[in-house]
Amino acid sequence: MNNGDSKAHKVERRTIDVVHQGLAKRYRAERRFRLYGLSAIIIGLLCLAILFISIVGNGYKAFQQTYVELEVFFDPAFLDQENLSTADYGGLVKSTLQTMFPEVKGRSDKRELYKLISPGAAFQLRAMVLKDPDIIGKSISLWVPADDDVDMLLKGHFKTDVGESSGRLTDKQLAWIEQLQEQGRIKKKFNKVFFTAGDSREPELAGIWGAAVGSFYTLLVTLLLSFPIGVAAAIYLEEFAQKNRWTDLIEVNINNLAAVPSIVFGLLGLAVFLNFFGFPRSAPLVGGLVLTLMTLPTIIIASRAALQSVPPSIREGALGVGASKMQMVAHHVLPLALPGMLTGTIIGMARALGETAPLLMIGMVAFIVDIPRGITDPATVLPVQIYLWADSPERAFVEKTSAAIMILLAFLLLMNGAAIILRKKFEKRW
Amino acid sequence: MSPSTILTALLILASIAYYLGRRRAFAVAGKAGGVRYLHSRPIYYGALTALWCGVPALLLFTLWLALDDKIITNLVVSGLPQAIRALPENRLNLVVNDIKNLVSGNIVAGEVTATIQAAAAHYGNLKATSNAALAAVMLSLGIVGTVVIRSRISPTMRARNLVEQLVKYLLIACSCLAILTTIGIVLSVLFEATRFFKAVPLREFLFGLKWSPQMAIRADQVGSSGAFGAIPVFLGTLLISGIAMAVAVPVGLMSAIYLAEYADRRFRDIAKPLLEILAGIPTVVYGFFAAITVAPFIRNLGSTLGLDVSSESALAAGLVMGIMIIPFVSSLSDDVINAVPQSLRDGAYSLGATRSETIKQVVLPAALPGIVGSILLAVSRAIGETMIVVMAAGLAANLTLNPFKTVTTVTVQIVTLLIGDQEFDSPKTLAAFALGLVLFVVTLFLNVIALKVVRRYREQYE
Repeated sequence: MNNGDSKAHKVERRTIDVVHQGLAKRYRAERRFRLYGLSAIIIGLLCLAILFISIVGNGYKAFQQTYVELEVFFDPAFLDQENLSTADYGGLVKSTLQTMFPEVKGRSDKRELYKLISPGAAFQLRAMVLKDPDIIGKSISLWVPADDDVDMLLKGHFKTDVGESSGRLTDKQLAWIEQLQEQGRIKKKFNKVFFTAGDSREPELAGIWGAAVGSFYTLLVTLLLSFPIGVAAAIYLEEFAQKNRWTDLIEVNINNLAAVPSIVFGLLGLAVFLNFFGFPRSAPLVGGLVLTLMTLPTIIIASRAALQSVPPSIREGALGVGASKMQMVAHHVLPLALPGMLTGTIIGMARALGETAPLLMIGMVAFIVDIPRGITDPATVLPVQIYLWADSPERAFVEKTSAAIMILLAFLLLMNGAAIILRKKFEKRW
Repeated sequence: MSPSTILTALLILASIAYYLGRRRAFAVAGKAGGVRYLHSRPIYYGALTALWCGVPALLLFTLWLALDDKIITNLVVSGLPQAIRALPENRLNLVVNDIKNLVSGNIVAGEVTATIQAAAAHYGNLKATSNAALAAVMLSLGIVGTVVIRSRISPTMRARNLVEQLVKYLLIACSCLAILTTIGIVLSVLFEATRFFKAVPLREFLFGLKWSPQMAIRADQVGSSGAFGAIPVFLGTLLISGIAMAVAVPVGLMSAIYLAEYADRRFRDIAKPLLEILAGIPTVVYGFFAAITVAPFIRNLGSTLGLDVSSESALAAGLVMGIMIIPFVSSLSDDVINAVPQSLRDGAYSLGATRSETIKQVVLPAALPGIVGSILLAVSRAIGETMIVVMAAGLAANLTLNPFKTVTTVTVQIVTLLIGDQEFDSPKTLAAFALGLVLFVVTLFLNVIALKVVRRYREQYE
């Protein structure tokens, strides 16, 4: 009896045994799956880290610039009192270099020597003379920007040990730079030009101020148009509109516009604002209009969410004491929803600040040296400036581009940070 | 008077109108026996006056600025001598540009003849006249509005209702802007595209295998006849978007699953915003990253492995685009997975399923429509992405599916065709609008489907 029982026990495989048998394998699968998930997140964060490291690594040196000290004798022979603004300041720089390196003879050698100094030095001397004509005839020691190749060399981007053919600098130039280094006449200083100048073909004279001002005007137009219009549209859709086909159509439109590629808005801007209405090309006004159309859906959607989060009891309370619907919205609902709307607007503005493609279509890619003074002046914006510099062949522009990206990212961080703080501060749980 | 001064003047006028209206309301109320006999509070009378002063003038202002340049240019052109007017359209445009540049004091491309000089003076005069006329008309319109409304103010006037009605119309107008934008996009793209299809048949555009949009300048020029078969461009777009999705879907989906199902609150609070930073970085930054860091890396890797990798390979652009899209997939899928009711999971657990089995066999099938929707949205994002491909992908329209080769995309072609000289009578420029039309239609199609799928999915569990 007992025997038979145990025999039956052996033959019978209970479900729990099957489960136990497979359990180790299933747990392994579980751990594996979990690991996949974790590694996906790590891959994502790693990409973020590599991106930032590569940008910062490429760009942090751009905040310093190599300067050369020159002993300039403001020779009256070069500086005609009559027309100081058109005098030969380039010649003045050249003669200064000749006195510093008296041993350099021959035309090609001299040309190589002059190449060490940026063409910006002449402009610097011109500005000095125009500001104070009394310095003519005096000798002044001053720091002028070095050429971008010299700058790159001192920042270690060129190999110096290889022969003439490989680098952009010749052996003679290298020797002169070494000589200057021994005399302590060449050193890196904070790059003020980068923050105060407009664009330039010479990397050492190029700055982002022009693009920053252009971005400011463009965003100003965008903000002034998109915030009131967006809020008004959201109020109508959320508080007044009846549920009908027309409202549905508007909603579908807004949702779709939010997902239309930005370049299509550029095509719209080109065809409508430039070709049809004849607005000026490259102007922040047109850029702002295009970006307004682009950011409106974002702002409307965010504003509607903010209005929805205001509890109905507030509305009923206002209506109950006899307010009209418009008064209820203007006096009670809108003030409560405003922080949420502002948060959405800031996020929309941050996106507009980083937008490039539609602005290329309306001619904001032009090479513009002057700082724009209004919304109809030709201008460019920060991201487009980054695009333009990224396209330039000079090695020094890689550094400038990365630095400009760092500035742009800093602005974006600031705006998004402000949005988060605003949300945290005014977020209400009803 | 410059437009901004006119606008400021109007603003001041409107504030005066507000004050006048309010004072008038007090005055008529005083006669009737006190403010309580007014229908509305006095500020509404002021607001009504200010609105009637400002809004019509503002509408006129917008209309005027939108049209005056066109009218003045036409006037100036019709004033030009017959010899210049007979020039072909693009040459004539150059002359007009010169005239405008002369007026604004910019550098002039062509030579400045006496006729151009005179035309420029004419243009400047007309512009000044137009501005002066605008100022006069606008301000008188404002004053008329103010006076009329002010004279009508009486204690029985329903000022609040009138103001609210007016404001409501303004609100409606603002919300209709979305529809106007869509119509504007469709019309502008369609209009230029039909002009393109008059020169190049639709069939050749959609099914042609050769894309080389450079048109011959002279008739006898060799090798640049212009071919507008867009298949290589479409294929390049598909290739790069495909690579991007191959990166973004697994990584994004697995991150979403981990964040929604496994991660504890603290980890989630840190990792999710960090991942979303990826979506906030401007695309031009990704483009630079792709061109400077990723593309050389892939080329070097390829050459050590003995592969021939182009320096503008589809792979580099696609990989970086994939990184950009990760957060789009992950946050949308995260929402979708979180919306699956807990009861489904509890049921699976109670049957003895492990967590991963529950996810694979219960949660994901339940969330599938939503996930598909989010992937479709991401695909539309990838197809429309511009800066990464402009900076990292090439211009050569190769008909290939090899990710190491250079391919081009729809957006790259739009940008290259429209940057620089635009001639709106040549198929080269118009081709950009035809491509734009395709892009708009395809992304619209994807978006509509995706939004519908997601919405239906949400309703299912609500």
